Amino acid sequence: MKSCKDVEIICTKIQYKEASLLEKIKIKLHVLFCKTCKTFSKKNTELTSLCSQANIKTLPIEEKEKMKTELKSRT
Amino acid sequence: MKLQTGMTKQDLNPDIWVDSYSDYLFNYAVSRVNDSEIAKDLVQETFFAGLKSAKNFKGEAAERTWLISILKRKVIDHYRKINSKKAKSMIRITQNQNSEANSNYLEEQVADPMSLLENSQLENEELGMAIQECIAKLPKKHALAFTLKTINGLSTEEVCKELDINPSNLWVILHRARTVLMDCLNNNWFKI
Repeated sequence: MKSCKDVEIICTKIQYKEASLLEKIKIKLHVLFCKTCKTFSKKNTELTSLCSQANIKTLPIEEKEKMKTELKSRT
Repeated sequence: MKLQTGMTKQDLNPDIWVDSYSDYLFNYAVSRVNDSEIAKDLVQETFFAGLKSAKNFKGEAAERTWLISILKRKVIDHYRKINSKKAKSMIRITQNQNSEANSNYLEEQVADPMSLLENSQLENEELGMAIQECIAKLPKKHALAFTLKTINGLSTEEVCKELDINPSNLWVILHRARTVLMDCLNNNWFKI
């Protein structure tokens, strides 16, 4: 049986669709018996959907670097 | 006797502005001007204006609040500028390209008063700001890893290369970041 911390990390992998089949099966089994991990998994999925729902935009890294040098030159 | 106000005066720290606030300000600007190029310029102008008027910063508000208030002015100025450019007597009617009705009657193009779409758009904007506030509370490396992977959708390999870490490190970092974010958003946004 995997420890809860391992399960939580796999659960995070699932959010990015990067967990292997074996890992997914392990989680399914663990969650049957562990309420804490079940809640964690639910919340984690909710966080993923909130992030996509919010449609957050970020500046590209190159733009930030440009801004930094511009700011530096003015200080 | 010395009075304890409980408020510590804050100092400005322009070196961290870009890393700490640029995404937050950019998101705010983009939702108001609807154009990422203009939004980027507004954020840049905000930083410059912040530097220029740094002596006016009294240290009462947080740095970010102060910068947002400058950005608000910049957004208003932007709209003033584009409004003064076009002829004042002209009435501009934007034909709705997506309209299914495809008719010339304006009545058919007014907003549906029963629509909840606008509400959810507002709510999503608030949600976006709330998530960004929470991301800002993370340690710098965690915040960067989370943003690159979740919001920019980079592959594990690319993020690892960017941060110079191995995949198992990345998963631990992402897990910690997500746990903190869940706690941070817990009171307001989670329905569970």
